[in-house]
Amino acid sequence: MSADAVLLMIVAMAVLWGGLVVAIIRLNRHEPSAPDEVHRDL
Amino acid sequence: MTVAANSSEEAVKRGAFSSRTVFILAAIGSAVGLGNIWRFPYVAYENGGGAFLIPYLVALLTAGLPFLLMDYGLGHRFRGSAPLSFARLRRGTEFLGWWQVAICFLIAIYYAAVIAWALRYTFFSVDQAWGEDPETYFFGDFLQAGDIEVSTDVVAGVLVPLVIVWLAVLVVMALGVQRGIGITSLFFIPVLVVAFVVLVIQALTLDGASFGLDALFSPDWGALTEPGVWAAAYGQIFFSLSIGFGIMITYASYVDRRTDMTGSGMVVGFSNSGFELLAGIGVFAALGFMAQAQGVAVDAVASDGIGLAFIAFPTLISEAPGGALIGVLFFGSLVIAGLTSLISVIEVVISAVRDKFEMTRVGASLAVGGPAAVLSLLLFSTTSGIYVLDTLDHFINQFGILVVAVVSMLVVAWGARALRMLAAHHNLTGSLQLGRTWFALVSVITPVALTYVLVDAFVADVKDAYEGYPGWLLGTFGWGAAAAVVVVGVLASLLPWRSQTPMDIAVPKVEEEIR
Repeated sequence: MSADAVLLMIVAMAVLWGGLVVAIIRLNRHEPSAPDEVHRDL
Repeated sequence: MTVAANSSEEAVKRGAFSSRTVFILAAIGSAVGLGNIWRFPYVAYENGGGAFLIPYLVALLTAGLPFLLMDYGLGHRFRGSAPLSFARLRRGTEFLGWWQVAICFLIAIYYAAVIAWALRYTFFSVDQAWGEDPETYFFGDFLQAGDIEVSTDVVAGVLVPLVIVWLAVLVVMALGVQRGIGITSLFFIPVLVVAFVVLVIQALTLDGASFGLDALFSPDWGALTEPGVWAAAYGQIFFSLSIGFGIMITYASYVDRRTDMTGSGMVVGFSNSGFELLAGIGVFAALGFMAQAQGVAVDAVASDGIGLAFIAFPTLISEAPGGALIGVLFFGSLVIAGLTSLISVIEVVISAVRDKFEMTRVGASLAVGGPAAVLSLLLFSTTSGIYVLDTLDHFINQFGILVVAVVSMLVVAWGARALRMLAAHHNLTGSLQLGRTWFALVSVITPVALTYVLVDAFVADVKDAYEGYPGWLLGTFGWGAAAAVVVVGVLASLLPWRSQTPMDIAVPKVEEEIR
């Protein structure tokens, strides 16, 4: 692989997968997971 | 009656996800579909390779996520299916919801067929049933595709898996929002991720994998000056996120009022794009192996859609060490990703029918799923199925989803002027506060970008007949289908709501709903 390709692959991973990790952390800090509530639809 | 009591009553009556996690997994299951696996890698490769990351990210942040939050806002604020949410927003906009419902009905009937093919190919992978010539096998032996006509000659090899797919979908739908959609997502999304990670690891160990990755990620910076590349990025993000045709409105209506919807949206958006990247790495690593094995450039073997899944992949499964494992993982992933998306598509229709006609969950599932299954079997288990499917898919995506998305965005932003109210609703519980930037993105940037994509597609289809298909086929299942969903949308909106269905949910102050 060329250096450019390796660099862009790493950037893509960092931005998209890193973005996902940050989004999950932010969500849990703002609103911790609540226990499940069971609903039924009639 | 208190608002809390109303919420509980509504959850029992309409159904609801049991937690934020279940909702997020269901939304990811909807967004991650066939397009993530077989469309994104080729779109990225064709439009600048590594450089495509820039327009792709810009499209995600300026159009995909803002639009997703608009859909979430409508469903979460107005607590209804797409037609009911639009009706509660502004009575005259209800037709937009039914337009989306009609689109979902048509998508469901052909999407099930592709899942049925993938299901069959999961088993074919074990002994490479396609032999030396996967293309001839797929069109000739498996689909038995004949002349371009509407045929009634049933292909048993397609009919049986299609029946199985519809039975599975009907069971899930009849079980309801949490026990059906929720539990399915809780189980299948982790399975999908694990299966695909194993597939990617297996693909990366193949000789030549680095050639494929080099082809995918080598940047063509000049591509960034081409409007078509930016249009491709906006189109990919739009089609991939399941936005604009009622799914996210419907799912958001099943979420507790106190849930952080903007934060959840970020997780869903990045999960969808993160999975696309994973798919790109897996698919191009495998294509790199195939190119090296055949002594050709990656360009010669790269393809997308049906060609990638049912012709290119079988070829490389036959050539690769551990090919059977790659095949089972690849087609199994297609089945799971497709099923969770199909469930979300058909739920849009079932939810709307339940809201409008006050039907039970099982009754509405049978009333919607039964006719959908019959139509699906009639049209796509025959020797002409592939032509009808290809035409319907192309036109409903381009001139169904894209048009209704642009129109609904303009109506919400400029007609009903509802963005400020939706932002206020999100801001009460959201970790990401929405303001002027979001207004500008939803009311101007995204509609302009999607209109460009739409006009581009329209000019191309007017100039040249799609795939060279005959006029009667394009007129009936292409332009005709795209027009029919509008007509159905308008007619359905003329039917009266039951007197028990309140239309004034928009009246209470949003603050009161949270207490």
